[in-house]
Amino acid sequence: MGKTIAQKIFDRHLVNKPFGDEINVLRLDAVFCHEITTPIAINDLVSRGKDRVFDPTKIKAVIDHVTPAKDSKTAEQGKILRDWARRNNIKDFFDIGRNGVCHAIFPEKGFVRPGYTVIMGDSHTCTHGAFGAFAAGVGSTDLEVGILKGVCTFKEPKTIKIVLNGKLQEGVYSKDLILFIIKELTVNGATNMVMEFTGPVIDAMSMESRMTLCNMAIEAGGTCGVCYPDMVTVDYLWPFIKNDFASKEAALKEYSQWVSDADAEYHEVREYDVTKLEPMVTYGNKPDQVKTVREMEGAPVDQIYIGSCTNGRIEDLRIAAAVLKGNKISDNVRGIVSPATPAIFSQALAEGLIAIFQDAGFCVTNPTCGACLGMSNGVLANGEVCASTTNRNFTGRMGKGGTVHLMSPATAAATAITGKITNSPLFKK
Amino acid sequence: MKNFKGKVLFLDRSDINTDEIIPAKYLTESSKEALKPFLLEDLELAGFNPRTDIKGKAVIVTRANFGCGSSREHAPWALEVNGINVVLAENFARIFRQNMYNCGMMAIELPKEQIDMLFKKYSGKDCEIEVDLAKSIITVAAGSDKDQLQVKIADFDKCLVEAGGWVEYADKNY
Repeated sequence: MGKTIAQKIFDRHLVNKPFGDEINVLRLDAVFCHEITTPIAINDLVSRGKDRVFDPTKIKAVIDHVTPAKDSKTAEQGKILRDWARRNNIKDFFDIGRNGVCHAIFPEKGFVRPGYTVIMGDSHTCTHGAFGAFAAGVGSTDLEVGILKGVCTFKEPKTIKIVLNGKLQEGVYSKDLILFIIKELTVNGATNMVMEFTGPVIDAMSMESRMTLCNMAIEAGGTCGVCYPDMVTVDYLWPFIKNDFASKEAALKEYSQWVSDADAEYHEVREYDVTKLEPMVTYGNKPDQVKTVREMEGAPVDQIYIGSCTNGRIEDLRIAAAVLKGNKISDNVRGIVSPATPAIFSQALAEGLIAIFQDAGFCVTNPTCGACLGMSNGVLANGEVCASTTNRNFTGRMGKGGTVHLMSPATAAATAITGKITNSPLFKK
Repeated sequence: MKNFKGKVLFLDRSDINTDEIIPAKYLTESSKEALKPFLLEDLELAGFNPRTDIKGKAVIVTRANFGCGSSREHAPWALEVNGINVVLAENFARIFRQNMYNCGMMAIELPKEQIDMLFKKYSGKDCEIEVDLAKSIITVAAGSDKDQLQVKIADFDKCLVEAGGWVEYADKNY
C-alpha cells in the first residue's frame, strides 16, 4: 500500500509514538509566531524558568493582528514578542514597517518548503500546505512546547483527496472553488483530516491561488490543506533555493518525493468537474452556508474589505483593481483594502493598483489582520454588513452584531461599485 | 488534577465556534482571569443568557463540532476560569480538543444517541455530571434519574489530564 504526502512527511519527522498509533510526536521544521497567541506562551516559559527556544533559526515571528498597536494592551503584546525575539536571537522577526499578515509574509520570505512540518498559534496555518508541507494551527500550549522543544503531537493523518477536473471559467477563482468545496464537505466534514487538492485545476493555479485554497481548509474542519509541489512551486521558491540546486529541474526532482503514491490509502476521495462553477458567496454565519453570487445578487452591504491571509496577495489586488479601474464605489458603502505585506504594497504601488483603489474611493491601510477578526482597522457596527475577501463569516466576527459575506476579490470589487452583492464583469456568463 | 464534577450547562446547538466562546476583541487580555466575564458572550442560542446561565456550572453538554474556527486557547481558558473543565459533545474541532487536554481539561466524545439521550432526559433539570477518569465512566444524575456511561478516553489524553497538561509532559519526555 502506498502513502499519502502527509504520511510521508509524518514518517520523515517522527520522533516517537509514546502511546502506540494513538499519537505521533513530530519534529518541527518551522514554528511561526504572532503577537496574539505567543505572548501567553512566552510568559509561561518565563514563569517556568525556561525562557529559551529550541532553534532560533527555525522560529519566525511577526506582529500582524493589531498593528500599529491600537491601545496599551496591544502595545504590551507587541512588546512581549519583540523583547522575546531579541533575547532569544530570533533574527526573522518582522516589526512594524516590515510586517505583514503571517500567512502571506512567511511564504513570501521562502520560509516554507515542500516536506516541511510547520505549526503556528493560528488556525489558518493550513495555508502553507500549498507548498506540499504539513502545516497546522495549534493553541498556545502546543506553540509553547514547539518553541521550547521543536516537537508537536498529531494523530495519524487521514486524508480526503479532492480531485478537481476541468478548467475554471474566466472570473471564477480559487476562493469561489474553496467556498464550493466547504459547502460540499460542511464545516465539520474534514475534522481531523488533511485535505489534499489535486487535478488539472490545481496544476493550472498560481501559488497565490493555492494558498487561498489551502487557507480555508480549516473552515471545513481540516487540519491542513495540501497541494503537491510542482514547477509552479519551484518557480515561486527559486530565489530562495537557487544556491541549493543546480537547476529548477533538479529542485523539482528532489521535491517530487512529496507527492502521494498512486495506491495511497484515503479516508475519502471526491472528484468534481468545476468547469461550470460560478462565483460563490456565503450567507448566514457559517462558512458552509454558500450560494452562487447570482442567487445572492442585490443584497445590500455597508462595507467592502479586500485583504487578509486568504485574499490580500498581489494577484488578488490585481483582480480587484481590474474591476475597479475607472469606477467609483457606491455612495452607500465604504471600501477598505489592506495589502497583506509591505512587498505586496510596494508592488501594487508600482503597478498603479493603489492609485486605482484610491481613485475609486477605497481607504488603503497598512498590512494587518485587524478587520478580519474585528480587532482593528475596519470593525463593523451593530447591524452592518460587510462584503469581505476574508475566511470567516461567524456571528460578530468583524464586529459585534455585524454580518459578513465571504467572496472573491472580483466579487468584492464589483459589490463596492454597486453597493449590493454583484457578479464581477470579469465573469461573462 | 482539575475538578471534573458539577452542574451542567446544556448548549443545544452544533458548530459553536471559538469566536462565540470568546470574541477576538478580548484576545488582547494577557491574563486568563480577565476573560471570565466574556465567556459565550456572542453565542447564538435562543433563550441563552450568559450573565445568568453560566454561573455555578462545571460541565457543558453540547452537540457536534464544538470549538470550531480559531485556534485561540483563550476558549478553554475562558471555560476554565469559569469553573468549567469538561465538555461533552458528539465531536470537537481538532485544535480546540487538543487545547483542552493540553490544559489538563477534558473534551469527551459521546455517540450521537447518548448526546440525544442526555438532552432529552436531563436538559432543563437540575443535572449534575461527574467524570471518573480512572474508570472512564461518566455519571449523570438529576433527582431520581441516574445514568452511567462508559466513555473512551485515550491513554495519551488521560496522561495529559493527570500530568496537568502538555508542557509538563513534554518537558519530562522530550
